[in-house]
Amino acid sequence: MSAGTGGPADAPRTREARLLTGAVIVTAFAAILLGWSEAPDLPPAAVVTGLALAVIAVVAHLAVRGAAPHADPTLLPIAFLLNGLGLVFVRRVDMATGSDLAATQTVWTAVAVGLMCGMLLFVRRIRELARLQYTFGLLTLVLLLMPLIPGLSAGIINGAQLWIDLFGMRFQPGELAKLSMVIFVAAYLERNRALLSVATQRVGPVLLPAARHLAPVLVAVILALVIMAGLRDLGSALLFFGTFVALLYVATGRLAYPAVGAVFFAAGAFIVYNLFGHVRVRVRIWLDPWADVGDTGYQLAQSLFAFGTGGLTGTGLGQGRPQDVPFSATDAIFTVIGEELGLLGATAVLLLFLVMIFRGYRIAQTAKDEFSTLLATGLTTLLAFQTFVIVGGLTRLVPLTGITLPFVSYGGSSLLSNYLIIAMLLRISDDSRRSALAPVSAKPSRKAAT
Amino acid sequence: MSRQITRLSLAVLVLFGALFVNLNVIALLQADDLATHPANRRLIIQEYAIERGPIVVGEQAIARSVESGDETLRFQRTYPDGELYAHITGYYSVLLQRSGLEQALNEELTGRPAEVLSQNLAQLLGGMERPGNAVELTIDPQAQAAARAALDGRQGAVVAVDPATGGVLAAYSNPSFDPNPLSSIDTAEINEAWTPLQDDPDRPLLDRTIAETYAPGSAFKVVAAAAALEAGLEPGEMFPDEGVYDVPQTTANIGNFGGGFCADGDQISLSDAMVVSCNTVFARLGVDLGDDALREQSERFGFNDTPPYELGVTPSVFPADLDTPSTAQSAIGQRDVRATPMQMALLAAAIANEGQLPRPHLVASIRDPDGQTIGGTDQGLWDDPPGDGRPVSPRTADQLRSMLIGAVESGTGTSARIDGVTVGGKTGTAQTGQTPNAWFIGFAGNDIALAVVLPDAGEDATGGQVAAPVARAVMEAALRDDG
Repeated sequence: MSAGTGGPADAPRTREARLLTGAVIVTAFAAILLGWSEAPDLPPAAVVTGLALAVIAVVAHLAVRGAAPHADPTLLPIAFLLNGLGLVFVRRVDMATGSDLAATQTVWTAVAVGLMCGMLLFVRRIRELARLQYTFGLLTLVLLLMPLIPGLSAGIINGAQLWIDLFGMRFQPGELAKLSMVIFVAAYLERNRALLSVATQRVGPVLLPAARHLAPVLVAVILALVIMAGLRDLGSALLFFGTFVALLYVATGRLAYPAVGAVFFAAGAFIVYNLFGHVRVRVRIWLDPWADVGDTGYQLAQSLFAFGTGGLTGTGLGQGRPQDVPFSATDAIFTVIGEELGLLGATAVLLLFLVMIFRGYRIAQTAKDEFSTLLATGLTTLLAFQTFVIVGGLTRLVPLTGITLPFVSYGGSSLLSNYLIIAMLLRISDDSRRSALAPVSAKPSRKAAT
Repeated sequence: MSRQITRLSLAVLVLFGALFVNLNVIALLQADDLATHPANRRLIIQEYAIERGPIVVGEQAIARSVESGDETLRFQRTYPDGELYAHITGYYSVLLQRSGLEQALNEELTGRPAEVLSQNLAQLLGGMERPGNAVELTIDPQAQAAARAALDGRQGAVVAVDPATGGVLAAYSNPSFDPNPLSSIDTAEINEAWTPLQDDPDRPLLDRTIAETYAPGSAFKVVAAAAALEAGLEPGEMFPDEGVYDVPQTTANIGNFGGGFCADGDQISLSDAMVVSCNTVFARLGVDLGDDALREQSERFGFNDTPPYELGVTPSVFPADLDTPSTAQSAIGQRDVRATPMQMALLAAAIANEGQLPRPHLVASIRDPDGQTIGGTDQGLWDDPPGDGRPVSPRTADQLRSMLIGAVESGTGTSARIDGVTVGGKTGTAQTGQTPNAWFIGFAGNDIALAVVLPDAGEDATGGQVAAPVARAVMEAALRDDG
């Protein structure tokens, strides 16, 4: 245990503690302001939210201090701040719609952070994950197929069959499947990147490596995509495909992969467009949300109204109309932020994501082995694409697909998988800084496992 | 791999850059359009938090706001008189937006400019508690009720104005509709009422007083006579009394209503021709004057223009470039000449008002919640048309007035006669479709001028038979009020 290492190891943790304190204070203030919009007394819900987050932050900080003392100090505070704002805005939606999601989300926050701490404690070297690559490959498929298992399945919700009921909790295993798939792909690419970088076959104008080197990962990825599409989770399929192509490019340095990926994407989009009526509807809404503003275009139109009403500074906490926006606690939570905190608040949230993403890529670049680099890249890219797709969807930059905004949206599975991403990024950054600080104590194995 | 990751992060940066730009466009550039978009409920909710001022006729509110009992939409509109004033007030609906005065006077009734409503600032300043302004109308409730009663369920429209001021005394269009269910805050109730109204072949939502034009028939002879008198002819000018006027350049000649001569078959004065509504004389007169003179005179009365009314009025039409046969037809209000009842009422008003064309208006005054008058009526002349609001000279107006009085005393309009009152008027029966448009335009003294049209009153209906009695009932009601 390196909890009492002292010296240089303390510096990042001290910074982290300060930033975490800031995140908790900002959240508590937001919660109080929100409460005041309803009643002049100090609202108990605000105190509870602030205290709960503070306790969870202390626990998380102690766990990281103990299990990953050299880890990057900014990731966790940003995640906490986004998570805290999410709690405030989920509570905001509760106030508007009479739902009671904020309490559940607070519990999920504790569970997710607990799992993050657990992962940091039990996975002491990230390479341990690489050894289990095929287990993760298989796990991906199992997770994806779980909603089809009778007895577990929660049935079709909002047109998609993505949920299971476990111990009375509704859970979306596909969120975790994305992580296990990225682990699998990163491990596979690390082992085969040399072979995949050598082009031996010409397909049209581009040179590609022999199919057999790519086959296993391609089969797994296509299988996963087909399952996601079959379960009507096209948003996840899109994210996953994008992340996979990005990883292929990073691993091989060959632009041919994104090029071929774009062709595949176009073909896939064409097939999906013709196969699924709801995709055609989504595209039509995207092109003209006003044509059917009372029905199919309702959500996007309401989202745009909210942003337009919010303007530069927003209506203020508690002054917007989240009850008008469908899925305002989950998919459309960024819309609620845009309305009540305005362009400034929305921009601040996006900047938080951007900082988190750039820290993620920095961690990838400074990681001590190639698996870590690829894993960090994949996880960060997943976060980046997910944020882009949902924010872009709500602002009509791209067609709207129903996925969560990481850390902010209501949803246990999403929160859980995002904190696991943070756990892995923390672990990777701890690995690399530790070896940088103590170059003689341990010689990191750069050899690929065989 | 580091270089690839740098490139990848730059790609992500570009994607986020697009998000930032797009957010700025929406939240800054498009913000106003989005905030005031008709489908944006926020505006409605803000508006429904305000107690709109009442619309008042006589001493009674014909539209007023009451607490709805709903949390989101605090107030709702009720219309105690149901369909009687529906086309004037319009409805005030969460689903259908607004119509009528509810739309046209929205800022006055809410007591706030539209820009304030689209901002949340108003709420922060506690400004939402102040009720809106009361709008008092020029409508005479007796005349309005008489119009509905006299139309007696038949399709038609009545517009009555005060000739001196242009204040509208009655404006009723039948069939009408009940604005109450449309102004409900329950969307199901709105839809249930709205669908049959839209599907109704009798088009109850159509305001026939201003939004529909009809061939004016012989009522348009007043314009032809005005053009002739303005050109220097006298009421005593003699015309040949023919059974049929041989219209140049066509075999489609023009006969008199019911056939035969207008007088003794020899000669007839312009004045007498008006009294008996002599087609052959006016067709000949129209051809003699030419289409330009007829058009010029009709435009001085307001044709081919939009009256400056609080509600949107469809322009009445005298077509351009007519050949001789068309000119002959147009002089007797057939062919493609079209007029709204509003336009025809203004025509009658100008004759009753010494040749001055009044500005039609509904608003008598606007009062703030403290009872202070903050806005007045839109009096004065309608001076946009050529002639600057004086379509004919006082002398011509007086001559026309005498002719129309003659028509009611001893001509086609005798059914409009009222004992002890100087009533003048002109009937019209335009054969344009399956059933004729029956018209009456006229005035009682200088107190009321009006136009009545029944576009579907039966195959043999004439203006004198069906429209003149309606006009009399409305005029009587209006006069009784004054006395």
